[in-house]
Amino acid sequence: MSRVNDVGGQSGFGPLEIEADEPPFHADWEARVYALNTALVRSGVYTLDEFRDAVERMAPAEYLAASYYERWLHAIETLVAERKVLGDG
Amino acid sequence: MSGEHASSTVAVRVRRLEERLIEAGVVGDDQLDAILTGVLNGASPVNGARIVARAWTDAGFRERLLADANAALPEVGLSMAGGIQEQRLKVVENTAEQHNVLVCTLCSCYPIGLLGPSPSWYKSEAYRSRVVRDPRSVLAEFGLTLGDGVRITVWDSSAESRYMVLPRRPDGTDDLGEEALARLVTREGLIGTAAV
Repeated sequence: MSRVNDVGGQSGFGPLEIEADEPPFHADWEARVYALNTALVRSGVYTLDEFRDAVERMAPAEYLAASYYERWLHAIETLVAERKVLGDG
Repeated sequence: MSGEHASSTVAVRVRRLEERLIEAGVVGDDQLDAILTGVLNGASPVNGARIVARAWTDAGFRERLLADANAALPEVGLSMAGGIQEQRLKVVENTAEQHNVLVCTLCSCYPIGLLGPSPSWYKSEAYRSRVVRDPRSVLAEFGLTLGDGVRITVWDSSAESRYMVLPRRPDGTDDLGEEALARLVTREGLIGTAAV
């Protein structure tokens, strides 16, 4: 079944926005989210496939409204809760 | 979902999550710092450019690279382990008749270790949706106009398989050495949205 992220070939997403001299991350929290996700995958809390799945099963409206790293944060929070790694599940 | 208020709220959420994961011993503060240093200092298009310059100057390396990129990368001191996890890499070669361009229609798969963090446009719905349907007009928006006789292949990356473009060596560069050649290669050239 196709999910909201499966946009290949679709129309209506508007023109490309190409940012000159774009920095790797636009805010410190984006870099922290990148590092957290890498650490959690490398520590075996979840796999990269499970992470992608957690992004892709976001509610469509929420997915489309979120920025790229907000989606990542949402997925990390989902998986951390599901894996009960904080012992509060 | 932008603006100062929204992003400071997100920053607080991130900090709280990070603190709780460190407190629980799931991740380490030093581990996070090392990951960030690695991606900010070690992962950049300079790596991809070095691979291209070697392929332009060493026919044997070029052949090995196109046949099995993962096996060839150690020859230039690189590997595909620079991202979140190690992935398979396929290098696709541009010729006078054939142009290649990369996308990840489902998300944002990209050879971070060789190209650095991907630009926002690569991750945008606008690029992901349209480049597979109308690559010629997308490339024109990047300032790359290809002749009608040039065939375009769009490579859709996945969690396990990544791609990198081997651009054509520009004319008039016969006198340049490997290091000077590497300086000609841009990130967009390695993605396929520029000629080199």
